[in-house]
Amino acid sequence: MFESWPLLSLVIWTPIVGGMLVLATGGDKNATEARVLALVFSIITFALSIPLYTEFNSASGSMQFIEHHEWMSLGSLRFYYHLGVDGIAMPLILLTTFMTVIIVIAGWEVIKFKAAQYMAAFLIMSGLMVGVFSALDGALFYVFWEAMLIPMFLVIGVWGGPRRVYATIKFFLYTFLGSVFMLVAFIYMANKTGSFEILELHSLPLTKTEQMFIFIAFLLAFSVKVPMWPVHTWLPDAHVEAPTGGSVVLAAIMLKLGAYGFLRFSLPITPDASQELAWLMITLSLIAVVYIGFVALVQQDMKKLIAYSSISHMGFVTLGFFIVWSIYSPVTHDVKMIVTGINGAVVQMISHGFISAAMFLVVGVMYDRIHSRQIADYGGVANTMPTFAAFAVLFAMANAGLPGTSGFVGEFLVILAAFKANPWFAFLAASTLIIGAAYTLWMVKRVFFGQVANEKVQGLTDINAREFFFLSVLAVMVLFFGLYPAPLLEVMDESVTNLVRHILQSKIPQ
Amino acid sequence: MEFIAAYLPSAMTNDATIAQLPLAMPEIILLCMACIVLVVDLFLTDKTRGGTYILSQITLVALIVITTMTFAKQDTIAFNGTFIRDGMGDLLKIFIYIATFAVFLYSKSYLKARDIYKGEYYVLGLFGVLGMMIMVSAQSFLTIYLGLELLSLCMYAMVALQRDSIIASESAMKYFVLGAIASGMLLYGMSMIYGATGSLELSTISSEVAAQQQNIILIFGLVFVVVGVAFKLGAVPFHMWLPDVYQGSPTAVTIFIGSAPKIAAFAMMMRLLVDGLGALHVQWQDMLMIMAIASMAIGNVVAIAQTNLKRMLAYSTISHVGFIMLGVMTATKEGYAASMFYTITYTLMALGAFGMIMLMSRMGFESDKLDDLRGLNHRSPWFAFMMLIFMFSMAGVPPFVGFWAKLQVLKSVVSIDLIWLALIAVIFSIVGAFYYLRVIKLMYFDTPQETSGIEAASDLRLLLSVNGIVVLALGLYPQLIMGIITSVI
Repeated sequence: MFESWPLLSLVIWTPIVGGMLVLATGGDKNATEARVLALVFSIITFALSIPLYTEFNSASGSMQFIEHHEWMSLGSLRFYYHLGVDGIAMPLILLTTFMTVIIVIAGWEVIKFKAAQYMAAFLIMSGLMVGVFSALDGALFYVFWEAMLIPMFLVIGVWGGPRRVYATIKFFLYTFLGSVFMLVAFIYMANKTGSFEILELHSLPLTKTEQMFIFIAFLLAFSVKVPMWPVHTWLPDAHVEAPTGGSVVLAAIMLKLGAYGFLRFSLPITPDASQELAWLMITLSLIAVVYIGFVALVQQDMKKLIAYSSISHMGFVTLGFFIVWSIYSPVTHDVKMIVTGINGAVVQMISHGFISAAMFLVVGVMYDRIHSRQIADYGGVANTMPTFAAFAVLFAMANAGLPGTSGFVGEFLVILAAFKANPWFAFLAASTLIIGAAYTLWMVKRVFFGQVANEKVQGLTDINAREFFFLSVLAVMVLFFGLYPAPLLEVMDESVTNLVRHILQSKIPQ
Repeated sequence: MEFIAAYLPSAMTNDATIAQLPLAMPEIILLCMACIVLVVDLFLTDKTRGGTYILSQITLVALIVITTMTFAKQDTIAFNGTFIRDGMGDLLKIFIYIATFAVFLYSKSYLKARDIYKGEYYVLGLFGVLGMMIMVSAQSFLTIYLGLELLSLCMYAMVALQRDSIIASESAMKYFVLGAIASGMLLYGMSMIYGATGSLELSTISSEVAAQQQNIILIFGLVFVVVGVAFKLGAVPFHMWLPDVYQGSPTAVTIFIGSAPKIAAFAMMMRLLVDGLGALHVQWQDMLMIMAIASMAIGNVVAIAQTNLKRMLAYSTISHVGFIMLGVMTATKEGYAASMFYTITYTLMALGAFGMIMLMSRMGFESDKLDDLRGLNHRSPWFAFMMLIFMFSMAGVPPFVGFWAKLQVLKSVVSIDLIWLALIAVIFSIVGAFYYLRVIKLMYFDTPQETSGIEAASDLRLLLSVNGIVVLALGLYPQLIMGIITSVI
């Protein structure tokens, strides 16, 4: 029944229009109307995105739900409104629309100051992020990619903590700095093809030197977003200062945009340069996994700890992408293990989306009550908030990569592939299972267990029905994908295989 | 007179000249109307000054209609080679009318509140528009110079409109002295080129220059012509007047100086450098490139240090001029079109930003400090959003039109294999983003010093809203303007 529906457009524009309507409800007098309207629109959007999964043809690795219209032509350049998803982008879109519902619920009573603008910012951001995942025209991609910064900039700056101005300007300028180089790279390639069509860029022959420069331009854009060591420093600042909803979007979706960029642009457009520079990418990824893991260990601030843990986990994703050439053997042409590695990386993206969001929501629940994020201000929370502590421990275990939770699946697949590439890669990557467990569980121990630390903790009340709802939904997702990741792997397998076949071919003109 | 008669190629009959008069119909109408406004205003009191205002606006609307209806399909050179009517000129003129219309509307209540709601403002403004139109349609050195001086003299007087303000008088003085030097430079350069080519007509010069490219006198003259153009545009290192004049003038005059004359200056650059001295492009490309880089660097960096919003916008103008020059520097049609698009859209954004200052100002309160924007989102979410659009658009963030302007200039620069130059341009855009973000920070993240709402006339509110929505709409579909530009360049 959905064949003739422009589903992707609906999923992009429904929340944006909804956000504008929410804005139109006006000031804080009509906060309730604004919240209800925001919830309705986020649920409609999520409902509209479900057919993307049910109608998806997993047997095909090519783009689906395509919408292709002429947008305009400026000078000698043609621009298209070209949307479509493959098995890699589709789960990420569902993650985005799902998270938006959670964020609206999580911010329900908590945000009292300019609630309409808060809800509208997240709805608009949700539409723009889906746009990034589904754009098949580079210019359209870039428009969504940059436009997304505006609501995030405002969310951190308006509803953030004491150092919000510093954090949000740093966030904006870092990301902007990376992106403009990508824009120049796009323009350079569009100059050759006459359009920004991503699928045309995939097949555009480029010399080694050109590829190197383009790869570096993309690297600047995407590594900031992922973020990779050493351009990660904006993330702890942004996370600490952002309101809970902002942290959730940052961790759950925005970081994935960078990783998605590597898959959609860097690897297929510049495969030879990717091969040449894979050592660099692997090194940076392993530094992120190991070194940032240790950095997380010494954090006093819970949000900062989770932020560093996010960087460390995203190191797995980039590791999974760039071990391709270490695994590949030109003799057997076997791509199975490579596909496993990238599959693992994508599963890790989705799973980290749920887990990090849940962790930030957990911190948010406590912050709403005591207004502190310092580990030292807590202790023995499990005594006063038993139900909540159960959730928190579950998510902490997932964050540490315990088998049975979704955190395990992705990391396991990537380590498996890394072992094939080089046992040392696997050894270093696997060390995260220990370091990750150390920093997460140590935090849990200090915050939740032991004696009740002070009167504030003594006075805590357990979670209410609303908080129970969003935490339990996330818990179900974490356990479901941990025990049965097959539906996720099925939809992406063919697309990833296609991608791997593409990137193993040289694009240097003969 | 003998001099003019000497340079005319062939004395055309008076009848032929008269037959060409309809080509200059908009100029003639404007001249008549400006004189009528001048006379009518004599009989009006301060209470009935609205008559002058309405008459001026009707004139501009009539000009928009007439120029659109008689839009030039092909190039026609008239009046013994001194005047050209072409599509580019007509398009630029239409935007000059629109910008001036918006300027008059934006400034009405501002002028009233400061007791400078006088007929002079409108008469000088209309004569300034006439000067701009002559610059846009000029096809000889003489007409360019005439138009330029007519415009400049009007602007000098307008800056000094607030007689009792010391800072305004100082700006006017500075503007006049520096402007006179620049005009002198321009004339000096023109005389060199006249000496080498024996003609003042751009079409003759163009072919003569192509024939004797190595003539050192031509290049010498070119340098002075470029200096004159750079001064009028406000490019580094000839930008010194711009921040002082922007800050010192009443905002109603700043918005006039900062909008339509940029379009005219762009036209002057196109006529002189491309139509006239196109064969020397290898020489002027280097000059424009250096000035463009310097403008983007100094404009963006110094803007960060400003606390006065008008002064900050002045430095931001300088950096935008750098981008406009980059497009022309490419010496390709694509680059010219990109620059023209940039100029027009920049004018729209500048109108909005200065309009915003006037919207927030009231009697005895200029509202031109950055701090005056503090907490605007609490006082008026809608206008804070409009200002957000203008600022992000100037910073070049999509989906606003400023992004497409930058994109096209960058594209034209990359097309001639100057990727390093494109990289420099984007790096300075990031530096620039900082001070635009600071404006948004003040509006959204800070709490206001006063909590009263914005009180402004409804026509002013409406125009500012339309202005913001146009910047957004063009950002979603820039081809609306770009399509026309490509067809006329």
